[in-house]
Amino acid sequence: MKTLDLSYVSDNWSDIVHRAWQHAVLAGLPLLIGLAIALPLGWWARRSTRLRPFLIGGAGLLYTIPSLALLIVMPVILGTKILSPWNVIVAMTLYTLALLVRTVADGLSAVPGDVEQAATAMGYTPVKRFFGVDLPLAIPVIAGGLRVAAVSNVSIVSVASLLGVSQLGYYITNGYQRSYSIEVWVGIIGCLVLALLFDLIIQLVSRALTPWLRVRGAS
Amino acid sequence: MILTDTWKWLVDGANWSGTDGILHRLEQHVIYTLITLAISCLIALPLGSWIAHTGHGRWLVSLANAVRAVPSLGLLCILGIWASSHISGDLALTGPSIAVLVVLALPPLLAGAYAGVTEVDPAARDAAKGMGMTGAQVFAKVELPNSLPLVFSGLRSASLQVIATATIAAFLGIGGLGRFLLDGQASGEYQVMIGGSVLVAVLALLVDLLFALAQRYLVSPGLTGRRVRRHTAGTGTGNLDPATNLDGEKATA
Amino acid sequence: MRLLRRQTAVLVATAFAIPTLAACGLSGDALQSGGGGGSCSSDQPKAGTVSIGSANFPESQLLADIYSSALKSAGVKTTTTDPIGAREAYLKALDDGSIQLVPEYTGSLLTYLNPKATEKAPEEVYAALITTIPCSQLALNPSQAQDSNAMVVTKATADKWNLKTVSDLAKHAGDVTIAAPPEFRSRDQGLVGLKSTYNFTPKNFLPLSATPAIVSALKNNQAQAANIFSTDPSIKQNNFVILRDDKQLFGSDQVVPLISRSAATPKVQVALNKISAKLTTDNLGEMVKQVVIDKKDPQAVADAFVKQQGLG
Repeated sequence: MKTLDLSYVSDNWSDIVHRAWQHAVLAGLPLLIGLAIALPLGWWARRSTRLRPFLIGGAGLLYTIPSLALLIVMPVILGTKILSPWNVIVAMTLYTLALLVRTVADGLSAVPGDVEQAATAMGYTPVKRFFGVDLPLAIPVIAGGLRVAAVSNVSIVSVASLLGVSQLGYYITNGYQRSYSIEVWVGIIGCLVLALLFDLIIQLVSRALTPWLRVRGAS
Repeated sequence: MILTDTWKWLVDGANWSGTDGILHRLEQHVIYTLITLAISCLIALPLGSWIAHTGHGRWLVSLANAVRAVPSLGLLCILGIWASSHISGDLALTGPSIAVLVVLALPPLLAGAYAGVTEVDPAARDAAKGMGMTGAQVFAKVELPNSLPLVFSGLRSASLQVIATATIAAFLGIGGLGRFLLDGQASGEYQVMIGGSVLVAVLALLVDLLFALAQRYLVSPGLTGRRVRRHTAGTGTGNLDPATNLDGEKATA
Repeated sequence: MRLLRRQTAVLVATAFAIPTLAACGLSGDALQSGGGGGSCSSDQPKAGTVSIGSANFPESQLLADIYSSALKSAGVKTTTTDPIGAREAYLKALDDGSIQLVPEYTGSLLTYLNPKATEKAPEEVYAALITTIPCSQLALNPSQAQDSNAMVVTKATADKWNLKTVSDLAKHAGDVTIAAPPEFRSRDQGLVGLKSTYNFTPKNFLPLSATPAIVSALKNNQAQAANIFSTDPSIKQNNFVILRDDKQLFGSDQVVPLISRSAATPKVQVALNKISAKLTTDNLGEMVKQVVIDKKDPQAVADAFVKQQGLG
């Protein structure tokens, strides 16, 4: 059995790498797009107490839509072809938003009031203060949300194999069709490795962007 | 056009009755959810508070969190293959599905119970001891009530997760609202699929609302800060988001 | 909408059938292929990469790999997609241009496109099919390989109720749960047809998305009858009994390449017709067994077949 495992993996290695790359794009690109949209929305939600429940509640509502349905309906909503990867990317961006809008708002709220006042007193304009003070200080919290979204995205993307969009989930459904556990494991472990990599990258980037935390930790 | 078709499907009484009608599917979905939550609570709540209490086995909490990265579809399929040659009868289909749902429900519940008990104010615990309470009394009268907000938060996350993922379990052949999604896709009937998703979303919201109400009545007002700290965000009021509310970051923030 | 399009297609096709075929001006092989109506004859097929789709079961994926291998050998660039889903889904992909070629089954496709079709004999089914499919598509030459939808029971059930035919099974309708893919519910070659042709309404319907689940439901007696493809190796493996389709609901299902007119260059048509000529029920069944039971790589099995037939 052991040799069989390795032979399936080695025989299909280039396909596995290719599908892993497709999986990474389908799960990763939405993280970037989602973050880019969640930043202004989260900032808005934090500033406007009246809008906050709508923005955060609305984002949370997105999460109650079953992934399978959202993925299938996308071509109808977007007018895209049914095998277009954009169906998956847009759907995953919505899920990313559902998680991140709240996190960004929470992260910004966690910036101490005296820091904000000090920045304003030093002559920071609101925009400059957001990028120069609030956002950097909120990075650890946002990165935490991003890590959750990354893991969740990697898992949900595999569902797209029920609709013919190529990624690691193929090994899961195809292996099931053939009652071939080894193939299913390739899909599962592939997803795990990918999730781990995403997690690692987000942590590294977050640490690189917040050098002051390390200094404090070292002293 | 698709939306009017969906509406027509939803309000057509004929679609509500019978073994593959909405009512029956809804009932199945609720039953799967309840069974899953009951099993998960029985495992996670004692285990979580035991870990918090003794400090042993903290790795279990991290392990449960790491399990979130396992694709649910993969877990379903691998268990499905295993079950088809090891289990017979109806359990061959429902067994793996419930098992996967339990695996999904465990991390938030375990984290909730663990964090809930860990975060109990040491002063409250000391005061209870000072008043002469035994270990069991401290647990029942102080730690348990104090941990309820986070436990509820975990329960709400878990139930949302389970209700949403039970739809994918339809791939293995169990009933529930997921059937409308898969069967709708297979037969190209978008109105069935969208109608099914609407039902899932409504069910998720209703269950969350129910838990929110239960939380309101069960959790001591002194803890939720409904009267005391009105302006700060209480733990999980209207929290729809299945993962963020319980992770370490949030607990320390 | 679909109905309207279908009817116009049929009308146009019957009116212009001969001129259309003549206008194609292809080699003798390709001349027998057909589909659609005259309004499409202006579409000039373009040489380019052919994207081949497949349905969500192993045989379809294997056939897609065989087509791919045969086309590559003929010097045509191809890509294969991951399995797309049921006919309802992959025909949409063919319509919207996501794919240009997909393995099909003559009878199933015909009754899908026209639930009222009554043709049962292989030649009649094919003749009806080429006038029924949308004008943007072509059904090339059918192969001899047959893979019908079959009603299957366990040996024990067959013995207990003394079952030989679907009609025999219909007598026990009140005790029968049928396991089948979800699309079986709404298809004519499914519950709809069972009711109209056999007056057979089972006690229950158990929709299952994958063959292994259907097989295990049958073995576990969660279902007493199942819809499985006749080529499926699980039938032999488990000693299941195929009930004779005595009222010919499921008809003749020959494997046939369904291709977008825009991709059907003479070179592509000739290559596909050549490979279809080599496919038989037996060699297809054997290949499916290699993929499903022996867990061989479908692409490798396909390549070996094409080579072995002297086409590689």
